[in-house]
Amino acid sequence: MNFGFTEEQEMIRSQAAEFFKQEYPIALVRESLADDRGFNQDLWDKMSGLGWLSLVFPEEYRGAGLTFVELTVLLEQMGRVLVPGAFFSTVLLGGVAILESGSPEQKSRWLKAIAEGNLKTTLAHIEPDGNRDARVTAKGAGNGYVISGTKLFVPDAHSADLIICAAPTSESSNPTEGISLFAVDRRSTGLNTTALRTMDQTRRLYEVTLNQVHVPEDHVLGAVASAWSTIENVLCKATIGRCAEMVGGAQKMLDMCVEYAKQRVQFGRPIGSFQAIQHKCADMLLLIESARSAVYAAACAASQDSKDTALLASVAKAYTSDACRFVAGEAIQIHGGMGFTWEHDAHLYFKRAKADEISFGDAIYHRARVAQLIGL
Amino acid sequence: MDLNRTPGEQSFCEEVRAWLAANQADLDESQSYDQVENMDGWMSFLKRWQRKLYEAGWSGISWPKDYGGRGASIIEELIFTEEMARAKAPNVMNISIGIELVGPAIIHHGTEAQKMRYLPKILSAEEIWSQGFSEPDAGSDLASLRTVAVEKDDHFVVTGQKVWTSWAEYSDYCILLARTDQQAPKHKGISCFLVDMKSPGITIRPTVQITGEAEFSEVFFDEVRLPRESLLGPINEGWKVAMTILAHERGTSAIKYQIRFRTELDNLINLAKSMTRSGQVLSKDPLVQQKLAQCFIEVEVLKYNIYRAVSQIMRNGKPGPESSIIKLFWSEMDRRQKETGMELLGLYSQLVQHSKWAIDGGQWPRAFLWSRAGTIYAGSSEIQRNIIAERVLGLPRST
Repeated sequence: MNFGFTEEQEMIRSQAAEFFKQEYPIALVRESLADDRGFNQDLWDKMSGLGWLSLVFPEEYRGAGLTFVELTVLLEQMGRVLVPGAFFSTVLLGGVAILESGSPEQKSRWLKAIAEGNLKTTLAHIEPDGNRDARVTAKGAGNGYVISGTKLFVPDAHSADLIICAAPTSESSNPTEGISLFAVDRRSTGLNTTALRTMDQTRRLYEVTLNQVHVPEDHVLGAVASAWSTIENVLCKATIGRCAEMVGGAQKMLDMCVEYAKQRVQFGRPIGSFQAIQHKCADMLLLIESARSAVYAAACAASQDSKDTALLASVAKAYTSDACRFVAGEAIQIHGGMGFTWEHDAHLYFKRAKADEISFGDAIYHRARVAQLIGL
Repeated sequence: MDLNRTPGEQSFCEEVRAWLAANQADLDESQSYDQVENMDGWMSFLKRWQRKLYEAGWSGISWPKDYGGRGASIIEELIFTEEMARAKAPNVMNISIGIELVGPAIIHHGTEAQKMRYLPKILSAEEIWSQGFSEPDAGSDLASLRTVAVEKDDHFVVTGQKVWTSWAEYSDYCILLARTDQQAPKHKGISCFLVDMKSPGITIRPTVQITGEAEFSEVFFDEVRLPRESLLGPINEGWKVAMTILAHERGTSAIKYQIRFRTELDNLINLAKSMTRSGQVLSKDPLVQQKLAQCFIEVEVLKYNIYRAVSQIMRNGKPGPESSIIKLFWSEMDRRQKETGMELLGLYSQLVQHSKWAIDGGQWPRAFLWSRAGTIYAGSSEIQRNIIAERVLGLPRST
């Protein structure tokens, strides 16, 4: 047992930290806020060049064949600098869905395209009633399917080329039965994406309406009407990946606070010498380090497809959601009036922490999952 | 990162399991003691048990072989502790000051003669240790301690008072901090001594605690004569020894707590499954589920915090100031968990030992009261936060 980074993991961490310091300064994050898609092509090309888009794909699909732990290490650094969502959506949502359930032909076509930076994907699994169950309808028609309905909170739909869409293909009283996954071309006739006006602008969420959208048969992912376990696996890994980003963001917030508290002088001394501030920072570090432990444990489980993965993912997300909300709030408080301004960066992290906290299930949702999984 | 055991670790684990299975009779006997009412019987059982562990090579697993240890790694130590807990083997907590705190201090700071003299007998429980650090006016501000040790010819003469000395009555030796230079700045005039508790001039007065038990004592030193060899580390450098001890007390000793918390939580979950309130099984109440799930989550997080800390010790050789994070985490968590336990037990939570209607022999209110100790001893939560802020995060000193 060794619960520390391997040399390779440490290399990925330091390489990513250095890369983002150079290539994605906060000025570019602010620029992306004004961009329609919140997407940065230059950054995308460079990340593709480094092989990060295909880090966990097998070598036969131009991937690096690394494990989910290495991806987690990278995501933590991405969260630290607020890398926009297309990476997460393409790799963790669409990419993993294709990897887990695509046919060899689909994997060869789409995973290679992702690796080369030529294909962006996302996952559409939430509908307006707030249920995770997919209730858009899909009906067989000719050599494919016709899909209609509305998906909500679809990340990065506007920049995605393929939207992996969950829809029932057969009726069942059990909402987890009869679901199929479709790789829908975003440019299909009848498909529309509308940006949602959200608090956190470092990630983009969309409403996706499908009006009689035709999807060819070879765009069905996995076996028809039995996609639920794939969706669960994808969401489980995405949950862990999201936690890694959250830990990175929280660490950055604490670093900003410590830096500020050393320099800001009031009552003739740096505010960081006051225990009122010191103890806030100490509590923040405890929460961040603890969340990190939980996330790494979940990542280790996911990398080996351990049976504990779902439980550990929920442990991590419940803990990290609460921890990051606390850290983000204290970060604003420690920065005082400056922390409440648009000019200061604290709000970018604060808003993202809130959006992340409620994504893929908040703490209440995941505590209920834990209760269920431990047999309460 | 790999949470799986190596083949070597796995075979070590199987060896531990086989040995524990072969000694099931002792494990059964350990269940028969009332640890509160029959403390003497319990202590003598623990000494016998530890002697047995020592003879079988299970005491001081990560200590050097030369001093009676096994010379294995801290990972094996962790596995051993986990297996002991799984088998519900008695916790050596009561007499663990020697193994967990004094031993590492002697290994780090002692002379060869001191190591040979003291370490094997710590491991075999032939000699039980206590810790003489806190004083009436030196708690969180430990370095302002006033017990003095005056150098005189070939010995020191110690006068002063210590408080909160756990198991003082049962101890043969005490690791003591005393001031040897009145003029030096307060951290620089302290020395550390290994004191024979049978020395003339030592008086022990037990202190009754919030739980009604008297596990710790006041210890008075009235011109106690200590030979020069009892000095641990160089004179006036006792603060460094104290820091080694506190790092171990805060960090590595949490390994075994983690498993105790898990066992306690499992018990609580079983209780919740068996109790009903307003006609509903308690564990089916969504609010209770949220609370129990949160307890489970925190125990898991503690476990992985400890795994990370242990892996770090494997790399760096010893615990650092980060161990304050572990101490702060488990002690605050323990309070929350016991509060949840009390809440779930409702009116029954107030029934203590010997009450006809007490649940689990009244252990819940006892554990609830005990949970108030953890955030005070080995550096209060406030002190841990100071350490994290100044020594881990590098914030400017508060004074």
